[in-house]
Amino acid sequence: MAKVIVNDIEVDADPKDNCILAARKAGVEIPHYCWHESLSVVASCRMCLVEVGERKPDGTVVMGPKLVPGCQTPIREGTVIRTDTDKVKTTQAMTLELLLLNHPLDCSICDQAGECYLQDYTYKFGKAHSRLDEPKIQRMDKYHIGEQIALFTDRCVMCTRCVRFTREISGTAELQVVARGSHEEIDVFPEVPCDNKLAGNVVDLCPVGALCSKDFLYKKRVWWLTHSDSVCTGCSTGCSIQVDQSEDKVYRLRPRENPLAQGHFMCDEGRFGFKYIHDDLRLKLPKISASFSKAPASNLPDRKPSGTADLDFSDPWSEALSIARSKIKEAIKNDAGGFVAVLSPFMSVEEAYLLAGFLKGLDQRIRLVLGPVPVVGGDDKYPKDSKGQSPAQDKVKFTIRAEKCPNRLGVEAILRHYEGQVVTLDNVLHKADATAYYFVGGYIQGWVTEAMDRAIGKPALLIVQDIFPSPLSNRADFVLPSASFAERDGTYVNHSGLAQAAHGAIRCPGDARADGRILMELSQRKGLFNAMTLRKEIGRTVPALAALSVGDLGDYGVKIATTASEPILS
Amino acid sequence: MTSTKKTKTVKWGDEPKLGWVEAMYLPAILSGVGTALKHAFSGKTTTRQYPEVEPTIPPNYRGVHRLNRDEAGRVKCVACYMCQTACPANCIEIIAAPAPKDDPLWKDRDKYPETFTIDELRCIYCGMCEEACPVDAIELTSIYDLTGLTRQEMIYDKEKLLSVYDETVDSGNDPIRTNRGALGPASVEATTAKQGPPPPGRGRHG
Repeated sequence: MAKVIVNDIEVDADPKDNCILAARKAGVEIPHYCWHESLSVVASCRMCLVEVGERKPDGTVVMGPKLVPGCQTPIREGTVIRTDTDKVKTTQAMTLELLLLNHPLDCSICDQAGECYLQDYTYKFGKAHSRLDEPKIQRMDKYHIGEQIALFTDRCVMCTRCVRFTREISGTAELQVVARGSHEEIDVFPEVPCDNKLAGNVVDLCPVGALCSKDFLYKKRVWWLTHSDSVCTGCSTGCSIQVDQSEDKVYRLRPRENPLAQGHFMCDEGRFGFKYIHDDLRLKLPKISASFSKAPASNLPDRKPSGTADLDFSDPWSEALSIARSKIKEAIKNDAGGFVAVLSPFMSVEEAYLLAGFLKGLDQRIRLVLGPVPVVGGDDKYPKDSKGQSPAQDKVKFTIRAEKCPNRLGVEAILRHYEGQVVTLDNVLHKADATAYYFVGGYIQGWVTEAMDRAIGKPALLIVQDIFPSPLSNRADFVLPSASFAERDGTYVNHSGLAQAAHGAIRCPGDARADGRILMELSQRKGLFNAMTLRKEIGRTVPALAALSVGDLGDYGVKIATTASEPILS
Repeated sequence: MTSTKKTKTVKWGDEPKLGWVEAMYLPAILSGVGTALKHAFSGKTTTRQYPEVEPTIPPNYRGVHRLNRDEAGRVKCVACYMCQTACPANCIEIIAAPAPKDDPLWKDRDKYPETFTIDELRCIYCGMCEEACPVDAIELTSIYDLTGLTRQEMIYDKEKLLSVYDETVDSGNDPIRTNRGALGPASVEATTAKQGPPPPGRGRHG
């Protein structure tokens, strides 16, 4: 630790910090555009110029003769940083005026307005006016930068964060600076668009509205979005994300910085892969098959989902859940060993705990198995080299994992606690001795293969809790429509054993319900589903997940005891 | 510093003390009756013959909204959502879309409102939308006698708001109130621009 004095505030900073990070520790903001924690330093935007000096051991302070870029200047014991002098303030205002020289005043149609560093810094550090008399230079917009990316060239401040990202993190190096001086522009080579799997990150990196996501373009003004901290469920990396929603519609996902999970970024597969949650195909009504229903069979399926005219305020769930509960008990009485509950790796730890606890509480002989774990190809590691090859293990900066589910480790921990071992569904299907099934789905893509469908056949009781219709849900005795990741709270354990809390952002479509709520009511537990209370309970009952007993997992999550199979990257 | 300034600008007065004559309130009552009688026998009628004779509406009256057109006849609105954000009654709803760049008419525009709906029944006619608009696209006209037979009829869409513009713009009552240029006041040189130090050897001030 090194003692640094920032505007007369003394703080302990890491000797590896630069002036910006040290000042941040003192609560002083040094404005910057080109510097980013995970990218190399170029010190080109000149926004972070500060006065730097040194306090000698005898207590005298000697300041440097000129301003230095804070991003490039390392600190050491006794470094003095000043950001509140006239010299610094005049320079910041001048830098902003120059950056804004040719910047168009189209904030009213710019998607970045509201979260734009040009707006924020101009407000905090800049002047209210420009002294430019000549007309502003206008440049052509470039919609060809990438499939998902548009470049509004004249808004660019040439911080080159995007260029450095494609060179250093994705390694694909599609973006570059063309021309020189005031003619500088960001561009791609003809017919080589920026379409790598991490390309969407350049939009987040862009401190101004130059690079925009075509997917989000003009969809919503950002000040109407509410943000919830969540976890991407696309693969077992478990990137920390922010779900931006308005009026129960998710507009975009953005990565949330988490040094323990993935760093600063996320892949496009996760970023744009959330659309399924608003799919019309989603299961929206609980269904009971005709043979089990007390009322005439046509009653429930014909009921209109909420939100349509002729609201029916009767609860379609109470009947479905009470009959399902009695049928489960009946099936257990007939053949407890033949009752198989299939827990999907898309379930949160809490949901797996509720279901496992409920069924094992009814009868110890019930078998709990792990549903199919979707694996696509191999792990995709970045940065790629010039030939598109993955880097050596110690140089990896981002990994898209082959295991396309968020919580295999968490569900396995619960299964091990209740079952002693992790049995897969294939194992049960191979033996073909099951007479009743409780399936939990929640998969992004169709997960019921034809062979699986045939092997399951027609059991005495088939309960399916899922978000999309499948061959199984079509002939199930009970269909319980559940929630996608954006609609429920829970804990996911990623590939390295990091347990992160996800928070629900929107309400479920139609009459679908969050899995936790379904299971609370099915198991007749008292109270409402509350992830934090359940985490504390799981921490007490399941030794492998003792780390969850803190309840509040914080922004970054906590490590559970499971050993990491590979180093976690910053 | 500022607090002492404030006390100087505000004059604090005491309540006037009432004598016994004023305390009876009779002089005040009599003078009121006198005014009423004066008007009753003055011979001048002040009843307005509405609707036979329509009143003259002052130019700053805030009536039905209109959406202005630009020189090319396109809707001037750039769908920035400022009016929707400013609206205290939540009566404006806009859906934005990228401008149809293939159409030569829309070549120089990036974003435009695909739909623009104002619920005239929900509106409280405060004029905040007009105030917030950076491109002077939305304005309130002097149309005050807005009626309709259904609620649906009173929800004005983009076409209807444009037709209000077409009807009122040449009527003489509702000239375009504000015409500050392409993107509002910010695009015009502000008076404060003169405050800055002159750049050496450049521009008008140099």
